[in-house]
Amino acid sequence: MKPAAFAYLAPTTLGEALAMLDGVQDDGKVLAGGQSLVPAMNFRLARPATLVDLNGLSELDHVSGDSDRGVVIGALVRHAAFHAPPFEGPLAELLAKVVRDIAHYPIRQRGTFGGSLAHADPASEWCLVAATLGATMHLASVAGTRTVAAADFFRGTFTTALAPNEILVRVDLPPLPAGWRTGFYEFSRRKGDFALAMALATLQIDGGAIRAVRLGVGGVSDRPRRLETVEAFLAGKPPTPATFAEAAELARGAVAVTADIHASEAYRSDLLGTVVRRALAEAAA
Amino acid sequence: MTWIGRSLPRLEDPALLKGRGNYVADHAKGALHVTFVRSALAAGDIVGIERPAEGLVFTGADLDGVGPIRPVLHRPDYRAVGQPVLPVERVVFPGQAVAVAVAASAAEAEDLAEQVFIDIDPIEPILDFDAALAADARAVHPEAPENVLVEGRLETPGFAETVASAHAVVELELRSRRQSAMPLEPRGGVASFDEATGRVTLVASVQMPHMLRTGITDCLGIPESDLRVVAPDVGGGFGQKMSLFPEYVVLVWLARRLRGKVAWIEDRRENFLASAHSRDQAFTVRGAFAADGELLALEADLRSNVGAFSCYPVTCGVEPLMAFGELPGPYRFSQYKVRSRGVTTNTCMMAPYRGVARPMLTFTMERLMDKAAAQLGIDAVDIRRRNLITAFPHRSPTGVVYDEGSYLQAMEAAVAHVDIPAFRARQAEARRHGRCLGLGVSVFSERTGYGTPVFAQRMMGIVPGYESVDLVMDPSGNVEVRIGASPHGQGLKTSLAQLVSDEVGVTPDKVRVVSGDTDATPYGWGTFASRSIVISGGATKLAAVAAATKLRKIAAKLMEASEEDIALEDGYARVAGTNKAMPIPELARAAYHQSQRLGMPAGIRESGFYDPAGTFSNACHICEVEVDVETGGVRIVRFVVVEDAGVVINPMIVDGQIAGGVAQGIGNALYEEMIYDDDGNLLTVSLADYLPPTALEVPDLEILHMETISPESVTKAKGVGEGGTIGAPAAVLNAVADALSPFGVEINVMPATPERIRAAIRNAKVPADA
Repeated sequence: MKPAAFAYLAPTTLGEALAMLDGVQDDGKVLAGGQSLVPAMNFRLARPATLVDLNGLSELDHVSGDSDRGVVIGALVRHAAFHAPPFEGPLAELLAKVVRDIAHYPIRQRGTFGGSLAHADPASEWCLVAATLGATMHLASVAGTRTVAAADFFRGTFTTALAPNEILVRVDLPPLPAGWRTGFYEFSRRKGDFALAMALATLQIDGGAIRAVRLGVGGVSDRPRRLETVEAFLAGKPPTPATFAEAAELARGAVAVTADIHASEAYRSDLLGTVVRRALAEAAA
Repeated sequence: MTWIGRSLPRLEDPALLKGRGNYVADHAKGALHVTFVRSALAAGDIVGIERPAEGLVFTGADLDGVGPIRPVLHRPDYRAVGQPVLPVERVVFPGQAVAVAVAASAAEAEDLAEQVFIDIDPIEPILDFDAALAADARAVHPEAPENVLVEGRLETPGFAETVASAHAVVELELRSRRQSAMPLEPRGGVASFDEATGRVTLVASVQMPHMLRTGITDCLGIPESDLRVVAPDVGGGFGQKMSLFPEYVVLVWLARRLRGKVAWIEDRRENFLASAHSRDQAFTVRGAFAADGELLALEADLRSNVGAFSCYPVTCGVEPLMAFGELPGPYRFSQYKVRSRGVTTNTCMMAPYRGVARPMLTFTMERLMDKAAAQLGIDAVDIRRRNLITAFPHRSPTGVVYDEGSYLQAMEAAVAHVDIPAFRARQAEARRHGRCLGLGVSVFSERTGYGTPVFAQRMMGIVPGYESVDLVMDPSGNVEVRIGASPHGQGLKTSLAQLVSDEVGVTPDKVRVVSGDTDATPYGWGTFASRSIVISGGATKLAAVAAATKLRKIAAKLMEASEEDIALEDGYARVAGTNKAMPIPELARAAYHQSQRLGMPAGIRESGFYDPAGTFSNACHICEVEVDVETGGVRIVRFVVVEDAGVVINPMIVDGQIAGGVAQGIGNALYEEMIYDDDGNLLTVSLADYLPPTALEVPDLEILHMETISPESVTKAKGVGEGGTIGAPAAVLNAVADALSPFGVEINVMPATPERIRAAIRNAKVPADA
């Protein structure tokens, strides 16, 4: 369980990093927190010829903005930064809620927000947040920077819109100002394990009815999914257990779930309904 | 004041906690590194092996004259199967080592191993006992055409009539899925050749260093004196490290062949794939009960998947024959009909894992009691009251003799501590709010500290059991205790030091226990089977008593007092009724340097030997759970243990043994499962797939002690290494079943994963919203 030989590059500026990555092209891999990449290399499932280590790029390690204006998250921000987000409001509460289900404390000190998105594990909590809220990704290369919407960024298991010479440098989360309620529910075998299913819901409730809603699920298929059809169903309905049960059934119908050793398709689909109901109920509570 | 009974902090811990432990990988400096090339297929004929043009690669063809590992059981039903150290003809399980690559670093050895191509003509693998026992099944080994390597049968004379006249027959079909002992430190060995003597020293992460030396030298055809085996600090064994593995034979062969030093540090993937598995069992039982709940007779068909080979030295009989002999557990019935088979398949070898068969057989008996109670309308605790053994010694239908225990008293103490009526009230209230709480009881016996007399009944070619100890007090008055046992995390060195201190009168920090080195310790069997405190402790006590006798003689001579009046304590020999005293170091110095004054042989050097028949510990576990019926998730709310292990030498160490055992039992009950796909690929090869419980899944335990003194143990202590693991699965799973009782579902498979629990609820006779 030792990695195959590789070259290691440690740039100190983004420009330098982009140039290095452009130089190695297909055989290059970007190293951030290394919590997924390094084990994969040790298993020799990943065999990059060159690693470009972003850890010297302090310019990518910052969070700015707030719940009212939206938040800008640098790619090198560690998960642990959201144990107590540097801003307030519903978005901060949501991120603080979600981060506790990301692996374990030591991993959260090292793993990065951007690394999670670029890795695109179907069970990644941050990918679910990005997909559900409609994040905007900033992808940089020597040719310049382009932005990609979350809906276009996640292409499948471990697959994104990133080109081999691009680095995800920044993620913008849209505003979630006061008045929004949030709910997140994840089911895993043990605390900190990969989600067997998880759901994230944000709601605005007014006059006994749901006025606005975002709903997404993760850990159930090849990528996180925002469920627009279920959102459309929920809009205008009363936030009751009956509504949420119906929404859960719609969600199950909307997603073709995957199977693994911890959950068959039937069980995962069943769980999908439960996590949707629980996330909605938590948001409505 | 005695040292026995005190929670002395473990003498082993300062080094371990400061990162100054001495593990096998710490010995790898300057060695060539070894990577084994393993079969990707579960079964097939080896057509050829292509080696790279450059680099050190060896195959079975190079191991000329190296014999197979061939454990022996002198039973007519035993089919002996030899395990080639590196096979040349065929592979029989996925991950079987076929070749070995040697290079300057572990990474380069892996690079080299990737260039070795093993051409295998695949054969459809046989993976489970149903496939292996099918009428037209292919033989996994030609030596065992029926795929049964060992089979025990018994029927007591009155069995049939008793069943026929019984009030009710309760039937169960239970399954334990395959699990791994999963020591935190995987296997590993460093073998170095000494040019001066021609000897090899193998430093290896093992539980039985003397046995390993015998096994390796037998395979290589060299005398034992040509090999020294050292077990340094070992990061957990749990039984997995008590077998001889081909890798160790290869390491010693390589050191001799290369006249150098080679290291193999196993990784997690290899450990899951190719070390040893356990617990792959299916038990079908029928219990015949009287109307008042008395168990009259038990019929059992027990199948154990023992994998591709028989483990050395204890053989593949270890699980099926333990299940055969000890299924009756702490219950009194006398009529028993049993068939127990060890079935061979194209899967990783089964070897002992903490508890050996008893987690499954306790699950079986405790499920049977609960199911019979429900069927007969009797309280689950009452039915146990009716059936637990209370007269000792008790002789089971298979001839196992139980010395005195506190089966009933331990259960009563646990029941009182838990306050079951209060729980039932909370349970009823919770059910009104749609929450499912459950309580499970598990009562069990743990056979510990058994020596040659018991092992001899198993008819193994190698009969373990006794332990020897050499104890020396040096001229400075410090004690060195050389033991044949080989502790690897149990805190045995501390416990033995406490025993010695009470006899010879020096403080435990002056007692150094030396273990795990065949050059420095008497031949012994190592540490396994909850034996060390009883047997090695017994031998240590006998040696310490002899040393104390000599110290008293010396003190009597030097202080002109009567030997009977000398007391050894707090570092002094004191003459009773006087203020005369001498420091023990002065006695020690006199023993070595003024022996002409003493009129007795110089020095203080004593041996102890102990070989007891064994003694049963017992315990009751009670677990409370909450089941999330919508997800199938289980949360353990409370876990109570009432343990009777006789005299407790170090309460903190004993509680640690119980806690670790219960944690593994919780893993067995709810989380851990090794899974092969239909082609024989092992799917659980990392800790993302194989899920032991973490601190977050294990509750704080409430541990209470009882103390039944057994004449079968000279230290008055009983073994306690396995009990936690034996009892916990039944307690957890009975609690889950109790929580789900409104749905009328049964819990018949461990681990009871969320998916299995949820499926049971979805298929329930009573709908979820009823």
